[in-house]
Amino acid sequence: MSTILESIFSPDFGFVILRVTTPLLFASLGVAVSALSGTINIGLEGIMLVSAFTGVMVSAFTRSLLLALIAGVAAGVLLGMILAYFHLYLKTDVIIGAIALNFFASGITIFLLFLFTGDKGTSSSLRSLVFPEISIPILNKIPILGRIASGHNVLTYFALLSVLIYFILIYKTPLGLRIRAVGQNPEAAESVGINVNHIKIYALLLSGFFGAFGGLYLAMGYVSWFSRDMTAGRGFIAIAASTLGSHMPLRTLLGSLLFGSVSAFSIYISSLEVPSDLIQLIPYAVTVIVLTIYSGRVFSGKIKKPKELI
Amino acid sequence: MEPLLQLRNITHVYPTGVIANNNVSLNIKRNTIHAIVGENGAGKTTLMKIIFGILTPQEGSIIFKGKFIKLHSPNDAINLGIGMVHQHLMLAPELTVAENIVLGVEPKKGKLFFDGDRAIKITREIAQEYGLSVPPEKKISALPMGIRQRVEILKALFRNAELLILDEPTSVLTPQETDMLFDTLHSLAKSGKTILFISHKLKEVKAIAENVTVMRDGRIIATKPAGELTENEIAYLMVGRNLNSRRIESRESIGDSLLSVRNVSYIDENGMEVLKNISFDVHGGEIVGLAGVEGNGQTELVKIITGLLTPTGGNIFVNSADVTHSSPRKRRERGIAHIPEDRMEDGVAANATLQENIIVDRYYKSGFSRFFQLLWKRITRHTNELIKSFSIRTQSPKSNISMLSGGNIQKVVVAREFSSNPDVIIAAQPTRGIDVGSAEYIHQLLIDLRDKNRAIFLVSADLDEILKLSSRILVIYNGEIVALFPDPSRITGKQLGPYMLGLKKQESLYQESLNGKAHS
Repeated sequence: MSTILESIFSPDFGFVILRVTTPLLFASLGVAVSALSGTINIGLEGIMLVSAFTGVMVSAFTRSLLLALIAGVAAGVLLGMILAYFHLYLKTDVIIGAIALNFFASGITIFLLFLFTGDKGTSSSLRSLVFPEISIPILNKIPILGRIASGHNVLTYFALLSVLIYFILIYKTPLGLRIRAVGQNPEAAESVGINVNHIKIYALLLSGFFGAFGGLYLAMGYVSWFSRDMTAGRGFIAIAASTLGSHMPLRTLLGSLLFGSVSAFSIYISSLEVPSDLIQLIPYAVTVIVLTIYSGRVFSGKIKKPKELI
Repeated sequence: MEPLLQLRNITHVYPTGVIANNNVSLNIKRNTIHAIVGENGAGKTTLMKIIFGILTPQEGSIIFKGKFIKLHSPNDAINLGIGMVHQHLMLAPELTVAENIVLGVEPKKGKLFFDGDRAIKITREIAQEYGLSVPPEKKISALPMGIRQRVEILKALFRNAELLILDEPTSVLTPQETDMLFDTLHSLAKSGKTILFISHKLKEVKAIAENVTVMRDGRIIATKPAGELTENEIAYLMVGRNLNSRRIESRESIGDSLLSVRNVSYIDENGMEVLKNISFDVHGGEIVGLAGVEGNGQTELVKIITGLLTPTGGNIFVNSADVTHSSPRKRRERGIAHIPEDRMEDGVAANATLQENIIVDRYYKSGFSRFFQLLWKRITRHTNELIKSFSIRTQSPKSNISMLSGGNIQKVVVAREFSSNPDVIIAAQPTRGIDVGSAEYIHQLLIDLRDKNRAIFLVSADLDEILKLSSRILVIYNGEIVALFPDPSRITGKQLGPYMLGLKKQESLYQESLNGKAHS
C-alpha cells in the first residue's frame, strides 16, 4: 500500500496522467466542437477505432509514418462526413446515426483485422510503427516538471496544442463564430444567409479530425498495436469530459484531465489484491458520480450553469 | 415619385388549399412608414414572407426600385436591400451584440481570422450613424427586449436595407420602449429608409403610420392615409363589424378568497431569484390582472400556481386548502383551470385530435371510460357539444388539432378548461396571437365567469387587455410585486409603464392592500 502511495506522489504519476489523458483530450475536443454547433457527436468511439486501425495497417504495409498519419486522419474525417450525410441529408437522428457508426466501426475493424492478419484480437503479428517520443530541451532539465512534461509522445504535445487550436478556431475565426451562432440559434444564422447545414458539416468534420488523432495515439503511441474495441469507452467518457467543461477549450482540458487522472489512478492500484474488474470499473463509476454531483449542483443552484467561459 | 415596392396581383395558395393571398396589389412609397393590419389569418405574414423571399407566390409580380425581381431566398432579398425584423428575434443569445451584427459578413484579419475589434468598431459606427445606441461587447442574453430589437434593426441596416419590414415589433415591448422604437422608426424614415410595419394594435398604427393597408381573408380591403381613418373605422374594416373595446366595469360584490398565494419565492436552476416573496389573493367575482414585461417571473408564477413547478418557498391555497405540493390533477379536482401561455407547448397535444385534446383532463372520469376502455361515442358527443357551445370552427371532432387556426385552437383549450366547472381560472396570455373576434369572445367568457363569482387571475403582456378586464391590477417587476392598482378605471397604460420597467415602486404595499377590499 505504501509503495502505491509513494508512486502516486512521484512525478511519474503526473507523466502517466498526461499519457492517459491524451486520447481522452482528443476525443473531448471532437465532442466539444460538434456540441457547439448544436449537433453532438457521440460517435467518437467509432471514429477513434477506425483511425487507429487505419493508421496501424497503413504504417505496417507502407512503413511510412506520414502516410499512416494522413490515412488515419482522412479516415476519421471521412466518418465525420458520413455521419453528417446521414444526419443532415438523409435526416437520421444524429444520436441514432452515431450509434450505428460505433457498431459499424467495431465490426468493420475486427473483420478487416481478421482478413489481414488472421487474428480477431490484435494486430501484434504486424510490424506497425509508432509515433516518436520527444524529449524537450531545457524542460527536461527542470527537476519534477521535467519528469512530468518531457519525453512524451509527439501526439501528446499535439493534444495540448489542439486545445489552443480549438480556442483560436472558435473565438478567432469566422467559422468558429458561425459554429457558435448555429448552435445557439440556427434560425438566426439562417436569416443572415449562413448555410446551417454546411456549418454543421464543418463541425462534424472537425470532430472527426480531432477524434482521428485520439485513435492514432491509442494504437501508435499509447501501445504499438491495434486490438479490437481498444477505445474501451473513451469516446463516451469524452462526452462527459466535454460536457463538464461546457465544451469550452480550457475547461474541456480540465474535464479530460480529471478523467485521465482517475484512469491513471486505477492503473496504479491494479497491483493491489483487488479484483481487476472492480479496478477497471473506477473511471466509469467516477464518470457517473461526477456527472450526478455536477447536475445536482447545477440543479440546486449552488453553481451557475456555465455559459460561455473559456 | 415612383414607389419603392410594388406588388401586382400576388396570389399564394398553400398546399392545404388555403388561399392566403388573393390577388393582392400594393404600392409602398419611399421614405414612408406603411402599416399593414389585419386579424390573424388575414394573410399579412404570408405577404411579408413573399416580400422577404421565404415564399414564392404562384401568381403575380414584385417590382422593387423599378425592376421586376424574383426572390428565391431571404438572401436574395437581403442583397437587394430588403431587411426584416422578425417577431421572434433572430439573435444568438450567447454571442455579443457586435458578433450578432456582423454574423455572416464578418470582418477579417488576414485571410483566416475574425477581427473582433473591427466588429466592435463597425457596431459603434453604425449605431452612431442611426442614433441607436447599443453596448457592442455585451451578450444578447444580458440585454432587455427593447435593446435586442434595436440590435436586430441595426443588423438589417448594416446589410444596407432600404426597406425594413417589422413583424409585430411591439408585442414584447413596454409602452416606453414602444415610444422609443417609434422615435427610431420616424428618424429612419426621415433618413431615407422605408418601413413596412405589421401590427394588430390599432392605436400604434394610428400613432406611427402614414399609410394603412387593411387585410381580411387574404385580400386587401383598403389602403388609405392613416389620418383619414379612425381606430374604429380600421377595426371595422379588419373584422367587417364593430367591436366593443370599452372597459368592462368591475362588479361591486366580491366573494371569498378562492386563490391565495402566500410568500411564494422561486430560485431557478441557474441560481437566479425569479420570484421574491409574492403574496396576493383572488376573490370570487373578480379578475386580478398581472401586468409586467415578459420574463419578469410571470411564467414561473403561473406554473407554480398550476402545479407545473415547485416553489422554493411559500404556499398556494385553493378554496382554503393548501395545494402547494399537490399534483396538477389534484389541483384541477380542487377547482383550478389553466389557460397556458404557450398553447402549442402546454395547452394541446399538437398531433392528437380535437376530441382527444378535450378529454385529456377527464378521460378517467365516469362517463368517458369504463374499466380500461374509453367510451368513444360519448366522448365524441361531448366534444360535439363543446364545439357548438364554444363555436369552434373545425371539420370534425376527429380532426387533428394542428389543422385548426390559432384562434380555434385557443378556443379548444378554453372549452376544455371552462367546461370543467372551475372556481379559479388562471388565464395566461389568453388571447395572444389570435384574431380579434376570437379574442373578444374569450374576453366575454372570462367576464361571464367573473359574474358567476369565479376567481380569475389574468396574466397578459397586452396592457389593453389587462386594463379592459381587470378588477384590480398587480404589476410585477424582476420577480416582485411592485404596484397594486385597486381601481383600474382611473389609470392608463402609461402610468403602469414606470412600474413595469422598475423605475417606480409603491412603498406602502401592505399585505392588507394586496388582499383586496374584502379583507380591509
